[in-house]
Amino acid sequence: MDWLLPSLDYLLGVPFLGLGEQIGFVWKALLLLVTLLVFVAYVLLADRKIWAAVQIRRGPNVVGAFGLLQSFADLLKFAFKEPLIPAGSDKVVFLLAPFITVLVSLAAWAVVPIDEGWAMADINVGVLYILAISSLGVYGVIMGGWASNSKYPFLGALRSAAQMVSYEVSIGFVIITVLLCVGSLNLTDIVHAQQEMGLAHMLGVPWLSFLNWFWLPLFPMFIIFFISALAETNRPPFDLPEAESELVAGFMVEYGSTPYMMFMLGEYVAIVLMCALTTILFMGGWLPPIDAAPFNWIPGAVWFVLKTSLVFFMFAMVKAFVPRYRYDQLMRLGWKVFLPISIVMIFVVAFVLQLTGWGWHGGMA
Amino acid sequence: MTLQLAFFYLFATVAIISAVMVISSRNPVHSVLFLILAFVNGAGIFMLAGAEFLALLLIVVYVGAVMVLFLFVVMMLDVDFAQLRQGILQYAPVGALIGGVLLIELILVAGSFVVTPEVASSSAVPFVEGMSNTEALGNMLYTRYVYLFEAAGLILLVAMIGAIVLTLKHKPNVKRQDINAQVARKREDAVEVVSVESGKGI
Repeated sequence: MDWLLPSLDYLLGVPFLGLGEQIGFVWKALLLLVTLLVFVAYVLLADRKIWAAVQIRRGPNVVGAFGLLQSFADLLKFAFKEPLIPAGSDKVVFLLAPFITVLVSLAAWAVVPIDEGWAMADINVGVLYILAISSLGVYGVIMGGWASNSKYPFLGALRSAAQMVSYEVSIGFVIITVLLCVGSLNLTDIVHAQQEMGLAHMLGVPWLSFLNWFWLPLFPMFIIFFISALAETNRPPFDLPEAESELVAGFMVEYGSTPYMMFMLGEYVAIVLMCALTTILFMGGWLPPIDAAPFNWIPGAVWFVLKTSLVFFMFAMVKAFVPRYRYDQLMRLGWKVFLPISIVMIFVVAFVLQLTGWGWHGGMA
Repeated sequence: MTLQLAFFYLFATVAIISAVMVISSRNPVHSVLFLILAFVNGAGIFMLAGAEFLALLLIVVYVGAVMVLFLFVVMMLDVDFAQLRQGILQYAPVGALIGGVLLIELILVAGSFVVTPEVASSSAVPFVEGMSNTEALGNMLYTRYVYLFEAAGLILLVAMIGAIVLTLKHKPNVKRQDINAQVARKREDAVEVVSVESGKGI
């Protein structure tokens, strides 16, 4: 049993209490989880506040100063309500669906590098892992919609199945163009590539590091990724799986109390994940926008959170501004506009990289 | 026994149990969900074997896309469960026969499977130290096996076009949205400003 002690040390070690030699994986995961959930609570509040501000309302402002504790009040409210399970539902699948949504959206955070070396698992196929895990998110929606055994949830589930699979294709192609420039599937490498090469280096102003990031050379892909991320996470204007004006609340109609809260939580964690992924792929991850005195004193994690919040602000503004798409328009946009553009862009990017020899070569070039 | 071995037994056990549940559960949707569980555990075993690229590709392609559409279709079927179970005794011998043949084949293949050090060194593409899984696969697929790879892609393209041709029907007398016509429409085509004198009409 000599494998047991190193394993326990790896999982549960607390070096400053004299237990083991490294900080246990479980503690790091717990810290990430708690931070993430608190961040999501305020992202939820920010979403409602921004939406309210656009419509010249006040938004939640009763619980705590400026409504700062509103999300926690909502959490308590949901947790103490009585969970109702419809009589005709498939009970096991009905209760499993919200768990899958939460589990899948949290699991993807294992590979996200919040700062240099801060990823829980810095694996070689990080991008593929996120793509794989986020493609599982659709199961929570489908299972919830089917298990409710009711018309509106089922319609919502069918819509989401087609919608999420369609937009995954264009997200995949956008990621491929970034990977062509980087030459690695590792998320940390993607950020390093944006540090060590790019437009600012070519222009001879390496301190203007925001010009290095991929949003500029791959600007059309940045836009496509942003819109596809909206569709992938069922955000307005693509929130057709829940479309309250036609399907009441879509796949969530029959859910209440804690299971409903878990759906909401999973959805927002997935949204924040997409914001973080946009930050890593196109906005330089934890790198400061200007690599000079006051800016590079600020730690990378702060920049990462700031950039993620900026992307989320754009998500929230889109929700407030843009009317909901019709379903056939959504499908047309995904298959007839984004897919051809992204396929052509893959060839263009590959052609340019092959011709000029640009692109990151593992820091060796 | 190591932690990896413990995880292998966990994945293998769950995969086998869920594979049995695929054929034994009464509700076809449950069968599909168990099939998905079996796929995910298969991906876990790939991961333990060091084939992380294959593992994640299995999840992206099979679990993330193929099974979603499969589930989509199975959910839409109006299946009469009582009728479904009626013919089971009739089909059981044939199924058992096919299963038995497959089992014997698997045992024969597994029994003759030997890995010798000489074989590893004389493999089609030499193993490079420090090369990641993804790179090794890409090097093989896009150099040595590029024609086979392209042929496989072409076959899939033909299948896709075939499916589209079979299902695409242009019905006459159906109103369709022509987005280009809508966007190209000018204000003059749609609106006419008429000043009407009171009491006269147009």
